[in-house]
Amino acid sequence: MKVAMKVNGAERSGDVEPRVLLVDFLRTNLRLTGTHVGCDTSSCGACTVLLDAEPVKSCTVLAVQAEGRSITTVEGLAQGANLSPIQVGFHEEHGLQCGFCTPGMMLVGASLLERNAKPTEEEIRWAISGNICRCTGYMNIVKAIKHAAMLRAAADAESPGRPTVAAATAGGE
Amino acid sequence: MATQTHMHGRIGESIKRKEDGRFIRGKGNYLDDIELPGMLHMAILRSPHAHARIKSVDTAAASGMPGVIAVVTGELMAQHKLAWMPTLSYDTQAVLATDKVRFQGQEVAAVIADTKYQAEDARDAIVVEYDVLPAVTSPQQAKEAGATLIRDDKENQKDNHIYHWEAGDQATTQAAFAKADKVVRLHTFYPRCHPAPLETCGCIADVNGATGKATVYMTSQAPHAIRTVFALVTGLPEQNIRVISPDIGGGFGNKVPVYPGYVVATAASLLIGRPVKWVEDRSENLISTGFARDFHMTGDLALDKNGKMLALRVHLDSDNGAFFADAQPTKFKAGLFHIVTGSYDIPTAHVTADGYYTNKAPGGVAYRCSFRVTEASYLIERLVSNAAIELGMDQAELRMKNFIQPEQFPYRSATGWVYDSGDYPKAMNVALEQLGYAELRKDVGARRQKGEVTGIGVASFTEVVGAGHGADFDILGLRMFDSAELRVHPTGKALLRMGTKSQGQGHETTFAQIVTEELGIPAADVAVEEGDTDTAPYGLGTYASRSTPVAGAATAMVARKLREKARTIAAHLLEAAEEDLEWDTGRFYVKGSPDKAKTIQEIAFAAYTNVPEGMEAGLEGVHYYDPPNMTYPFGTYAVVVDVDKGTGQVKVRRVVAVDDCGVRINPMIVEGQIHGGLAEGYGIAFMQLITFDAEGNCIGSNFMDYLLPTAWETPQFELGETVTPSPHHPLGAKGVGESPTVGSPAAYVNAVIDALSPYGVTNIDMPVTSDKVWAALRAAGVTE
Repeated sequence: MKVAMKVNGAERSGDVEPRVLLVDFLRTNLRLTGTHVGCDTSSCGACTVLLDAEPVKSCTVLAVQAEGRSITTVEGLAQGANLSPIQVGFHEEHGLQCGFCTPGMMLVGASLLERNAKPTEEEIRWAISGNICRCTGYMNIVKAIKHAAMLRAAADAESPGRPTVAAATAGGE
Repeated sequence: MATQTHMHGRIGESIKRKEDGRFIRGKGNYLDDIELPGMLHMAILRSPHAHARIKSVDTAAASGMPGVIAVVTGELMAQHKLAWMPTLSYDTQAVLATDKVRFQGQEVAAVIADTKYQAEDARDAIVVEYDVLPAVTSPQQAKEAGATLIRDDKENQKDNHIYHWEAGDQATTQAAFAKADKVVRLHTFYPRCHPAPLETCGCIADVNGATGKATVYMTSQAPHAIRTVFALVTGLPEQNIRVISPDIGGGFGNKVPVYPGYVVATAASLLIGRPVKWVEDRSENLISTGFARDFHMTGDLALDKNGKMLALRVHLDSDNGAFFADAQPTKFKAGLFHIVTGSYDIPTAHVTADGYYTNKAPGGVAYRCSFRVTEASYLIERLVSNAAIELGMDQAELRMKNFIQPEQFPYRSATGWVYDSGDYPKAMNVALEQLGYAELRKDVGARRQKGEVTGIGVASFTEVVGAGHGADFDILGLRMFDSAELRVHPTGKALLRMGTKSQGQGHETTFAQIVTEELGIPAADVAVEEGDTDTAPYGLGTYASRSTPVAGAATAMVARKLREKARTIAAHLLEAAEEDLEWDTGRFYVKGSPDKAKTIQEIAFAAYTNVPEGMEAGLEGVHYYDPPNMTYPFGTYAVVVDVDKGTGQVKVRRVVAVDDCGVRINPMIVEGQIHGGLAEGYGIAFMQLITFDAEGNCIGSNFMDYLLPTAWETPQFELGETVTPSPHHPLGAKGVGESPTVGSPAAYVNAVIDALSPYGVTNIDMPVTSDKVWAALRAAGVTE
């Protein structure tokens, strides 16, 4: 059946079986391979994307459930050559090693910062507790999200009213 | 004199990782991201039984389903002599079962179809009839008289015993025990767990019918060794096999072996003439690929009345699963377990090991571990802490009293290891000070007075990493050297290719920094490539913390070779004698005239445009490094825990980890690896368990049953360091990735046992779950 959704700000559509998972639609039909599959049981969070700005595990969402909605994947975080604060944070604080969990972690982190501009250590750890990382022991991931919060605060101080990542990729909704 | 040139990215500098850019943009290139034209998808049918005879395999319905190109059975593989394959431990393993299934999850048949969904649909339509046999699920069962014979396929196999292996000296050990004032015994089971990298295993086999070239993309930590094994198994000429390991989403030992799926996909591609992709799902990964540990260990430590260690005696029974497929050096049947005397000057030791077949998945991989050193370190560190409790001594003091002393290095251990360097008392002191041990001990006493259950655990591990020396360490005869090829281009930029393969360790940064240090080319100008056997020099791969000790050394050595050629070219350009030139990172200058100099970039250009008469053009080389010895990283970890009396829940209050891995090339990356290993150690100590019921059903076959630590449970880590360079490594480096997984489980468990010791508890086997702790408290009469 036909399915259409906005992905990283662009209208995308495809013809899929009703059973096709959102993660497979993104990876196979749209070739957006930054969203990964780690467990198939929504335990690990490697497949996390933002669905209408909320993190969801795309291995447990059907592509057809995203009909008419807005998806942000890791490929939608940067604006052209400009990395988003969360991406900068992960690089600066060594928040990734093998990189497999990183897209999901960054999207959860970015989403957290949309709701809570200055999260505490505990709030960050709770927010990312649905995402498993096998390499970093999480300490630097927490630092990376704090780093991103600091960058966002600095940017806000310079130009208040900047659009959010999710809003930007959703086409300014 | 010339001043030191500032050069970005030298050894010791925490430069940001060069590889990050693609990963943070979602542009990594992992196996499942690769799509080839005409590519088909494979799904594997697995046994639901742990032990059963196959009566029939009916593929008729599956073959007719939409999109299905082929259904492969054991019978078909047998026609091509590929139903069985050799393992890394000189055993055989079924590729697709023909006679019996011997563990739950064993490969029985495979479907190749246009899409993954179609392949899985058809797989479910294959009908297999089984005669279920009794399952053997432990070494204890395996050795019982009359136990079901698992390996009836092997002609001379009359029981389930695989090997007996010994190290050390039985007679002197017995004599020492006879004179001991105190013998402390610990029986402990290091349970089966699984490395569970976040990316599962998989491959894409692409056999070109016209040229005969087989290109296999594979999640492999050891692509070169795999290529050779493939050549030996399939009979294909090795130049026609190309293994490419793309970006790897974590390995931790899980991606060292050859799995049946790789062989089936390659055979299928050969038969069909199109690329075939196979990617495991998580359950397949957990139930069928390389597990870790599963050692039942009994240790006896003999001491005199002052707490001086006299002798160590250890026996272990190893549960190897249905096929002996441990990935380990040929000589050592129980890996490097006989490093079990650890950090202590124990005059004599005797180690015996027996391996058994069981109806469980094969593998025995070194999960973030150098070939079973993890089990050894756990046993000795738990045993020493228990000895302290029994002797009424402080656990740190007992360790201090028995440490190998700094002046004893190089130190030959009772089981024959030659430790390269160490300063164990120093690492211990740094850890105790950082923790505030003396104060905390008082605090623990005060809290216990108030009825709290709290404790401190210490572990002072010694690792053994960086295999070989090649004469002692080989896998299937392939000596464990490693390699680096360095090409400096005319513009002074460089390409470094290595026989190793990063799985997140940051090789693209760390090894570029070695070139920076040795040749003065900025790290940003050095591209590092690994994983393509058609382009990279031969190497044994990345596992057992061997990349920096072996391939890192090879990188330093090849850079030094090029520096010597650069000296000759510089002398030619400067019209000076070679011996009159001084090296300052990045340039040669004439002694006494620091302004008369040529940079490495100028020299590189000249290597292609203006070489001395008779010299070959170019500035490139290759070095194969066979290390003279292993390296021996070490450290002391200290953990503080609080136990909830009502629930048995253990809360880790503090973790102090002091590591000595010799010279640190990129401290940021080193610390990141330590964080990761401490988290995995936490998982192993408290959460991660692959277990089986009496029928051999795997409990722990998904992430809802096999629990991995999240950010919520994982404690904060406080790191410290000492630096004792390796005397034989060109940079003094030792390797670090596995130290925290080797050292920390004992520290965590020692802390819990310390907390429970007032109640007479001396052991709880891992994982130390709340229910076990609660039961132990309950048995001691503690209720709340």
